[in-house]
Amino acid sequence: MSDTERRATLVRYSSGERTNHWLVALGFVLAALSGLALFHPALFWLGNLFGGGPWTRILHPFLGLFMLIVFLPLAASVWGDNRMLPADWQWLRHLKDVVNNREEHLPEVGRYNAGQKLLFFVLGACMIGLLVSGVVIWRVYFSLYFPIGVIRLASLVHAVCAFVLICAILLHIYAAIWVKGSLHAMLRGTVTPGWAWKHHRAWFRQISHAAHPRTRPD
Amino acid sequence: MALQSLDIVRRSATTTAPPGVRESYAGTVAKLIDTTKCIGCKACQVACMEWNDLRDEIGTNVGVYDNPPDLTEASWTVMRFAEYENPKGDLEWLIRKDGCMHCADPGCLKACPAPGAIVQYSNGIVDFHEENCIGCGYCITGCPFNIPRISKRDHKAYKCTLCSDRVAVGLEPACIKACPTGALVFGTKEDMKLHAAERVADLKSRGFEQAGLYDPPGVGGTHVMYVLHHADQPQLYAGLAPDPHISALVGLWKGVSKPIALAAMAFTVLAGFFHFVRVGRKEIDERDEAAGRQALEGAPQRSAPQRPGSAPETRNPDKRP
Repeated sequence: MSDTERRATLVRYSSGERTNHWLVALGFVLAALSGLALFHPALFWLGNLFGGGPWTRILHPFLGLFMLIVFLPLAASVWGDNRMLPADWQWLRHLKDVVNNREEHLPEVGRYNAGQKLLFFVLGACMIGLLVSGVVIWRVYFSLYFPIGVIRLASLVHAVCAFVLICAILLHIYAAIWVKGSLHAMLRGTVTPGWAWKHHRAWFRQISHAAHPRTRPD
Repeated sequence: MALQSLDIVRRSATTTAPPGVRESYAGTVAKLIDTTKCIGCKACQVACMEWNDLRDEIGTNVGVYDNPPDLTEASWTVMRFAEYENPKGDLEWLIRKDGCMHCADPGCLKACPAPGAIVQYSNGIVDFHEENCIGCGYCITGCPFNIPRISKRDHKAYKCTLCSDRVAVGLEPACIKACPTGALVFGTKEDMKLHAAERVADLKSRGFEQAGLYDPPGVGGTHVMYVLHHADQPQLYAGLAPDPHISALVGLWKGVSKPIALAAMAFTVLAGFFHFVRVGRKEIDERDEAAGRQALEGAPQRSAPQRPGSAPETRNPDKRP
């Protein structure tokens, strides 16, 4: 057992939350790869991962729906912790400090920091945009119900939302690499007291105040 | 229709030059549809079915002469009948043979995400290569004339090929061959324009002041052109677009924004990598761990039962380290 694992005693994500997160991640990877195949010719080869062009066209909407459906319980469970508070706007004003690993002037962060909260809202907005536009351009079942102008607009909206979503997730993935211990938190569920103290001090105070702290039996 | 043709000027979803060593030195081709000579006999529709071995489903009479009522994957051309009461109070029966216009700037090709599913030959014909088609329907989204149709059976897009197989071996399209009135003519685009000019002059001399050629510049001109009695009002002819062009939304969707978006995604990844290299990770050092442990351990114990190995459950909120 490594040092980190031995010290990681605070439960940050339950097994249910972790499962949910990784199901969304799986849905995202599959939907993004199949969607990118249709996004630009340079990436058409990605369609081979799904059995070729027609199979990519057939599967992509279902993969997107899968991502959306598993995102719903995740969104519901983290909704309450993602409300933007005055301290979050202060945190965002110090984004330069955040990016340069200077924590001294940052306000205390709750369960999620302002970046994570913004990510949450961007993901939610993109998913809604992708769902609505995706239905309109789902040629086999739905496109016949929409006028051509709406289909054209939806095609554009779908591409824009997908682009924003993919960029946001790329940042999310990097942030998980950047903030050491985050990946372990989402894989095994726990963080060290030092991690919680440094990155999410308000959350740390909250859970250590609680009568029944969320801790893991060894 | 896939013949190894070596005369491809544009190929869908392809960013390098397609095989185009053979050029049309005689010029591009065009079909001229003279609506003023058309009697609506539908011989062209039959010839199209026959040459291309297409048999549409037997439908029902929808109350007008249009039969079938719309283009389908098996009906690549249909006659559209419009009744127009002119300002003098006379009825004009305007008949237009509808089908692919073979745009010089084809919206279908621009929108298509499947490499080689749509090609444009140097003679101007825009052709679908259905074996490369993935059935997404983007060609329909891109088309300014509402022409491509997706088969419900094989989920491929179909439309008029301008008989690219016949033209490739020096024959005229099947519909031209069958037309009994000379309303359909085929040749080089230049010749067709000259022929149309004669027809327009003739029509003007007989009172059709607004007669003209329909070769819309918004799509770079077309390789199927109409002679219209009312060239100032193309919409009279069952909704022929007065000023067709590739929609700005499609242009934005499929234009320069795509490579820029792709570059932005790559840049996001690179930005992360170089941030890692230049700034590095946010790590927890011993002081953080000590502070965290102290905060936990400094908390006063309560009487609630503790699980073995669990952290102390509470601390004094006021006692900050």
